[in-house]
Amino acid sequence: MKVFFRALLLSCVALAGSAQAADYDIDTRGAHAAIQFKFKHIGISWLVGRFNTFEGKFSFDEDDIAETKIAVDIDVTSLDSNHAERDKHLRSDDFLNVKKFPSASFVSTRVVDLGNGKATVYGDFTLMGVTKEIAIDTSTVGMGNDPWGGYRAGFEGTTTLNTKDFNLILPPGNEVELALYIEGVRQ
Amino acid sequence: MFSMSVLNQSDRYGWGMISLHWLVAVTVFSMFAFGYWMVDLDYYHAWYKKGPDLHRSIGVLLLAVMALRLVWRILNPPPAAETGLTAWEKAGAQIVHWAFYLMVLLIATTGYLITTADGRGLLVFDWFEVPAVTFDIKNQEDLAGEVHWYLALVMMSLASVHILAALKHHFVDKDQTLMRMLGKRQKDTP
Repeated sequence: MKVFFRALLLSCVALAGSAQAADYDIDTRGAHAAIQFKFKHIGISWLVGRFNTFEGKFSFDEDDIAETKIAVDIDVTSLDSNHAERDKHLRSDDFLNVKKFPSASFVSTRVVDLGNGKATVYGDFTLMGVTKEIAIDTSTVGMGNDPWGGYRAGFEGTTTLNTKDFNLILPPGNEVELALYIEGVRQ
Repeated sequence: MFSMSVLNQSDRYGWGMISLHWLVAVTVFSMFAFGYWMVDLDYYHAWYKKGPDLHRSIGVLLLAVMALRLVWRILNPPPAAETGLTAWEKAGAQIVHWAFYLMVLLIATTGYLITTADGRGLLVFDWFEVPAVTFDIKNQEDLAGEVHWYLALVMMSLASVHILAALKHHFVDKDQTLMRMLGKRQKDTP
């Protein structure tokens, strides 16, 4: 009996350990995820905003970080900088031209495991119809069972875009910092 | 002219209505031109911020003036139209006149809906704030902005019809329709 239990326990540990890459849905319905942007306002401070609507999935194996895959679609029209008239301006053809380019996306191409929960996620970022490779510096925030019977994993990442690469002129520096906070629910 | 009453009489406009008419006429055209100019200002332009502030403030006051005009018109109706107008001319004039009230109301409302879309009130000249009413319409500022623009075009079209009609009355029909709005009596000769 004791042996049986030990075997059962071992097999559980083995199963958990082998942890095949699992698929996760980014918890956007529960809004446990955020895509924030910030850029310099007239060169003297930061203007911070976010995209309220996006969805994504990732596949992740704790033991094989390099095999991580992630894809995110962003509804650019959901831009929110906490000021309607500025949002209107940023969405207009002066900037993001969301009528013509309503969505943006990121699809990872490769992941370099840097150890200690850190990784660089390379992928194709499409904004305003232009696709360029970008690199996102990521780190693991945590993972484990949630209190409601699910399993979740959380990450954060940052990257800096040269908006000119995407035909977006954003004075003064054409630079936007993106900050990503991703919580996935294992499917 | 100086003996004119502030109130409208059966054969002439009073100076109250006349003043309000020209005040609104100048303001409406100025608001259109100013609005058209300000929306394309460069972000670093000195008027980028105060332009819209001024446009909003004047818009609120213009709506208030139109409300005053409406009440005035109901309590103290304008003189009867020139005799000799055809039925469709009278009807057309009536439709355009009432449409002006409606258009100012709608244009002011859509402008308000742009500004207040995020729940912030509309500040009139640092004088008072019109509170925001939130509707939870997705990208309300974009939708309201488009409607605001097209309504403004309709307003300008109606105003053009109004002006052309006034000029036609003056130069073609040679009646007193235009001069009445400058204080002349119905029966006066031009």
